[in-house]
Amino acid sequence: MELGSLQRRYIDFTSALFREGFLDNQYTQLQQLQDESNPEFVLEVVTLFFEDSEKLLDELSRTLDQQVVDYKKVDAHVHQLKGSSASIGAQRVKNVCMAFRNCCEERNQEGCLRCLQQVRQEYFLVKSKLETLFRLEKQILAAGGSVPVLW
Amino acid sequence: MSSPRGPKACGGGAADRPIHVLAVDDSSVDRAVIARLLRSSKYRVTTVDSGKKALELLGLEPNVNMIITDYWMPEMTGYELLKIVKESSELREIPVVIMSSENVPNRINRCLEEGAEDFLLKPVRPSDVARLCNRMR
Repeated sequence: MELGSLQRRYIDFTSALFREGFLDNQYTQLQQLQDESNPEFVLEVVTLFFEDSEKLLDELSRTLDQQVVDYKKVDAHVHQLKGSSASIGAQRVKNVCMAFRNCCEERNQEGCLRCLQQVRQEYFLVKSKLETLFRLEKQILAAGGSVPVLW
Repeated sequence: MSSPRGPKACGGGAADRPIHVLAVDDSSVDRAVIARLLRSSKYRVTTVDSGKKALELLGLEPNVNMIITDYWMPEMTGYELLKIVKESSELREIPVVIMSSENVPNRINRCLEEGAEDFLLKPVRPSDVARLCNRMR
């Protein structure tokens, strides 16, 4: 694909991510911290988020699968996931985590399982979107262009 | 290299040695973010993932000019770390800043009463770091 259309595609795709609430301003903050001396900063942080989240989602499944659910533990994991999603601007994941914490407080196992399903869904959605974003950036750079700055 | 849009560089210490900040957070994501934020303001940064490791490092290397710690960590909270630092004759002069993703007034007050320099809400932004910088001078 030629450079111009790659860049247009990037702009459209990114704008949609923000418009649809997948990402919020915190993601922009991270982009602003990336520069020539830290050219992969966003990718590095987002990769840490992926690793961390997948571990947490596994832990959450395990913890909610017990005969007697340790809600303190569930809440601690959700708190961590909420924190890291907020730190990278993954707004929809963060929002589900907030609802999830309410279910923990109510010791509502069914509610928690529903939230887990939802947070998993939102996580994999945003993961796939971010991977597309990074792929587009790579393609633009490979075509000798620069990634459009949307802020 | 100066950037017109970047936060102002304020890590220069008394003898033009960069101010050394110890950042404590159990989240790898948050450690990466706070380290980058601080480094972009020209601070020298060391990160650790627990209060225990923070105290070990403080015991070995007294050249820490500021501690910035997450509140909610397993085993030792940022508040507990703050207390230990403020109760230590060697460490009590080091300013301690607490970070938290939760806006709990009681918690904030307790930390400030215990001697915390400042309390930042996460996610931490460049403007928060700039604010600290002004306090340090």
